Amino acid sequence: MDESAAESDPLTILIADDSDSDRLILKTLLKRLGHQVLDAADGQEAVALFRAGAPDIVLLDAMMPAMDGMEAAREIKRFAGERLVPLIFITSLSDAEDLARCLEAGGDGFLSKPYNRVMIKAKVNAFNRMRLMHQALSDQRDLMHEHNRQLLEEQHVARRVFDNVAHTGCLDAPNIRYHASPLSVFSGDVLFASPRPAGGMLVFTGDFTGHGLPAAIGAMPVAETFYGMASKGFDGSDILREINQKLGRILPKDMFCCGAMVEADFAQNQLRIWNGGLPDGWLVHSSAASYRLPSRHLPLGILSADQFNAEMEIIRTLPGDRLLLMTDGVLECSNEEGQLFGEQGVRRAVEGLGSTRHPFDALMTGIRRFTGHQKFGDDLTLCCLEMVDEAGLATLTEGAAPSTLAGPTEWKCVYEIQGSTLGEFSPLPLMLHICMEVPGLRRKSGEIYTLLSELYNNALEHGVLDLPSDWKYTPEGFGRYYSERATRLGKVSGHYIRFSFHHEPMQWGGRLRVVCEDSGQGFDFQSHPVLQATEMAQSGPRYSGRGLILLKRLAESIRFHEQGNRVEIAYDWYF
Amino acid sequence: MPIQTRRSHDGQTQIIKIEGRFDFSTHQAFRDAYEHGGKDVCGYVVDLSEATYLDSSALGMLLLLRDHAGGDNASIVIENCNNDVRKILTISNFEQLFTIR
Repeated sequence: MDESAAESDPLTILIADDSDSDRLILKTLLKRLGHQVLDAADGQEAVALFRAGAPDIVLLDAMMPAMDGMEAAREIKRFAGERLVPLIFITSLSDAEDLARCLEAGGDGFLSKPYNRVMIKAKVNAFNRMRLMHQALSDQRDLMHEHNRQLLEEQHVARRVFDNVAHTGCLDAPNIRYHASPLSVFSGDVLFASPRPAGGMLVFTGDFTGHGLPAAIGAMPVAETFYGMASKGFDGSDILREINQKLGRILPKDMFCCGAMVEADFAQNQLRIWNGGLPDGWLVHSSAASYRLPSRHLPLGILSADQFNAEMEIIRTLPGDRLLLMTDGVLECSNEEGQLFGEQGVRRAVEGLGSTRHPFDALMTGIRRFTGHQKFGDDLTLCCLEMVDEAGLATLTEGAAPSTLAGPTEWKCVYEIQGSTLGEFSPLPLMLHICMEVPGLRRKSGEIYTLLSELYNNALEHGVLDLPSDWKYTPEGFGRYYSERATRLGKVSGHYIRFSFHHEPMQWGGRLRVVCEDSGQGFDFQSHPVLQATEMAQSGPRYSGRGLILLKRLAESIRFHEQGNRVEIAYDWYF
Repeated sequence: MPIQTRRSHDGQTQIIKIEGRFDFSTHQAFRDAYEHGGKDVCGYVVDLSEATYLDSSALGMLLLLRDHAGGDNASIVIENCNNDVRKILTISNFEQLFTIR
């Protein structure tokens, strides 16, 4: 606002009157009040002076030659546009209809002839107050427009920065469908997806309390943690623990993040899910039967690390099964009567599915129909993940060109974990990290991770925990397998798993040898069908067909020693 | 006032009653309700019998109260929730932090 435009400032006043004497009297009067005066003898001159002199107030005789007051008033108002220039008719008219016509032409008020000094002063002051108020409001409105424009611009810049950190990962994979508003980050919703080094996918959906900048700021470390850890091979639970701890540290007490983590293992047809504070997720089988996956945990960023439970629920799936995740924006969609879409709306959309309809389409259509809008709010995120055959999916790329640095080429390393640590800690990310120091191996991170995780999981589950692998392959045995796994993991003692790495340079590149030993019973590898015959048998007492086939395919050689609790593989890489 | 406070008969519990919408607009009033309770308060009761709605910023405010009342050692009861309010507390699993009855 222009602070200098005070009420007592002199004004420029345009007067128009065809009577020379009247005009002179008025001019003298106004000058004496301290104002500048532009005077015109007819309407045409008045309009010309108005254009040239930009007066603050106009006093206009209603009846004039050349162009009468009404016509001049219309011209002047048209020219003034948004600017409020009070226009007062000086008139001896008294007929109500005549006066009304003056106002219709754009007049703001009247002054009656003959002139009265006191009345003129009061009128000019009153209209000047109105003018200043209008000016102040316009200035504030312009300022607000400008601020808003700047804010939007800043948001777009921030959005670009945010996109670089919290990119959408593999959300464009053919088995994922999602809806997320382009500016949803400022409503506190996040959606990330990443392939895992050994195959499979991780998806995280989150919803921060609050809106705007604070919510967006919280989303940055979540994105960084998620993508960073996912690519290093950490599992969903590890990432959840890290996110929870990080958010607990950086967010104020009253802010938290409702979220769901999903780990999809396409090869084993398994989903692991953790839901903390988001609405029910839904698993829709290809047969159209559906199951709720309710929130079982507190949101992220509330509990301390020792209280936080990152255990994920394991669900057996079939190819074609689809998982729906959503933020509470879906439930809070409202129709014109103010009713909410709610859990009922979701349930109706999901349960009313035929076997051909995609649940994502069904839900989106359901929301559109309910709200009556084609577009809906910013704070609505919906994601649908389909269980598919892994082969059809792009996995982690084989990375960038090999580094010019040779890295370590001749080294050995032994890493052994023991006792209760076996139940609490996965050594895979650390071991992967050590191997990734070799540039030639870095390009093969997916294969290395797969080798290590197959060796480790076999050693843990079938060696240390002595779980029979054939349980996993019946629906009844599946649940039993994992509950038994959890029970036995909690009681592990006196056991170990030992990895020995040996890397050496070769003329073609390099060779990594890995020996994995465990303290378990071992198995009869001499008569294992996969090791005996070329045809692939489906199961064995310790190694399931799949794990062993994978090891055989990826490694140069695989050998079993002792009673089968010592496995040695060699892996070659090429320049 | 959408928020009323009183003391229990034994004087040890601060009872905070919320009427209407429990959301960000009640932030300051809710804060005043527990911060000006006095030092001799041993526990809190949040009475939601007249609360019609509760959003995530209200959940945040409950966390602030919990922190104020001693974090893991806090004694806070949330009572008389209607079905909608109860649902929101359940989805967020707040029964792990508060006694809800």
